[in-house]
Amino acid sequence: MSVLAINGLRAEIASTGTEILRGIDLEVASGEVHAVMGPNGAGKSTLSAVLMGKPGYKVTAGTVTLDGVDMLGLPTWERAVAGLHLVMQYPTEVPGVALDEVLAEALSSRGRATDGLTAELEVEAERIGFEERFLHRPLNVDLSGGEKKRNETLQLAVLRPRIAILDELDSGLDIDALRDCSRRVEDLSNEAENPLGVLAITHYNRLLTELRPDHVHILVKGQIVSSGGPELATVLETDGYAAFTGQDDEPESSSSSLDDLFRM
Amino acid sequence: MLPLADLVLPTADEEIWRYSRIDQLEPGSFTASDPRTAVSGGAGVRITSERVNSIAESDVFAQYNSEYQATTVIDVPKGAVIAEPIVIDQHTAAGAATFPRTVVRVAEGAQCTVVERFTSESGVASLTVPVVAIEAAQGSNVSYLAVNDVDTAAWQIGHQILTGERDSAINISTVTLGGHYTRVRTESRSAGQGASLRQVSLYFAAGDQMHDFRVHQDHDAPNTNSDLLFKGAVQDRARSVYTGLISIREHAKGTAANQTNRNLTLSEGAWAESVPNLDIRNNDVRCSHASTVGPIDQEQRFYLESRGLRPEVAERLVVLGFFDEVLSQLPALDLVGELRSRVATRLSIGGAR
Repeated sequence: MSVLAINGLRAEIASTGTEILRGIDLEVASGEVHAVMGPNGAGKSTLSAVLMGKPGYKVTAGTVTLDGVDMLGLPTWERAVAGLHLVMQYPTEVPGVALDEVLAEALSSRGRATDGLTAELEVEAERIGFEERFLHRPLNVDLSGGEKKRNETLQLAVLRPRIAILDELDSGLDIDALRDCSRRVEDLSNEAENPLGVLAITHYNRLLTELRPDHVHILVKGQIVSSGGPELATVLETDGYAAFTGQDDEPESSSSSLDDLFRM
Repeated sequence: MLPLADLVLPTADEEIWRYSRIDQLEPGSFTASDPRTAVSGGAGVRITSERVNSIAESDVFAQYNSEYQATTVIDVPKGAVIAEPIVIDQHTAAGAATFPRTVVRVAEGAQCTVVERFTSESGVASLTVPVVAIEAAQGSNVSYLAVNDVDTAAWQIGHQILTGERDSAINISTVTLGGHYTRVRTESRSAGQGASLRQVSLYFAAGDQMHDFRVHQDHDAPNTNSDLLFKGAVQDRARSVYTGLISIREHAKGTAANQTNRNLTLSEGAWAESVPNLDIRNNDVRCSHASTVGPIDQEQRFYLESRGLRPEVAERLVVLGFFDEVLSQLPALDLVGELRSRVATRLSIGGAR
């Protein structure tokens, strides 16, 4: 049983001093699926970046622990080895560096054997609908949006973290890929032994029809303004973020059907 | 013979020697001698050592090379297809100055691959002044790879002179790891209609090394094309210079030319300069150039670290990945694995990070 505990987390953009996160409290345990939803500019991407230690942000207050171990004091790679994993919104292309090569190094960092890796990769690729030829090709280079997210999900399944942060897993995904990726995450969170804890950060509702959250949190202007069960997502579906922000919804979400159209 | 001590050095005031270490060279401190040359492969070609005096001398080093030349001439007969690479090893002894001259004459419709490796006595200074001339006749196809692996205390000042006749294809690659100061000046001339040139280069300087490239792609016939990709990295206090010029002459219509130079600066104290130039005298051409100098991409590094890779492992993979674009294009594939691991080894050298 693992717990990611975020307490009073405040963070700003290092270069400008602009405060983005203004006191976040969240707890994610093994097997739980939490959705953090919010409009553009709420601080969703900053939250995932700060949790993983991406350069460019400064934590000004609060703590983040994984099973009691302070994460904020660790460099990014040690957070990953400790069991925290970030599925990126826009997975970076790394020319000339193959996926299997990276995963072999990633397992070595964790003191895990790499001899079964090739076989495991093939099984996972089949399961997630990721073409096998991509396994030996440079990371994310020339992959479509959907292929990139299948790749991210495959890495998650192979690395077996304790807690996964999904940053807008649904962006750039077609409906088939969305279903395949969500189901794989769902399965990982339902495993009998060491089930995955999930923190899914998303703007849109459609991820949550596939990945059923136990808890939904609404993030507005760097603070969680409301927490509840899946019914909160239903409120969003009908009323938009206006119910939580006290103002009209942002154009991005009101035109979400058009966004989706062009994203396919 | 011209004594080495009488060699009048150019100065860094001349544009073509700008940024170079030419003012630190003391030719008189070296003894002119022959390199130890070994040639393997080449069944079906004629290999001789007769002097060749017809090569243009663009500076005093080429002139000294003419004077002292230790010549290897490779003649590939008309229509011959030589599958096995011809490998030439050139070794310079401690304190010696050597002047290897390699002439590759590929007759009409012939095909061959030549690999030339330069080494020097380890741990001591020496001076290697090589000239390679490649003459690709009509419809011929030649690949040439130069690997510079001289000691980091050694000097190398080289010339590459390439001529492509009608519908010929020249593929020239250089891999530069060695040298306190290594300079390669490459002059290519697309002399016949439809001639094509592909040029790739990898260089990696660490410690106090300097790598210096002066490249001229001269399009002197219609419908010719050239494509250049130079990728380098500098680490510690090392320096590198790339200066490239694409010239397209008045009558070279329908020509396509590209030069791309990318540099990674891996340490605060390392320095790389990139100066691409164009001189285009015809409007019916396609020409492009790109150049970058900068540290490792932070997004790439973060992505790999977020998978749990140690920073030094992430850096090694990103740098090797950066060079992969060049390594994957080298003609003698069995050498590539060794070169890749040499680059990986160098990444862990050096203190000032």
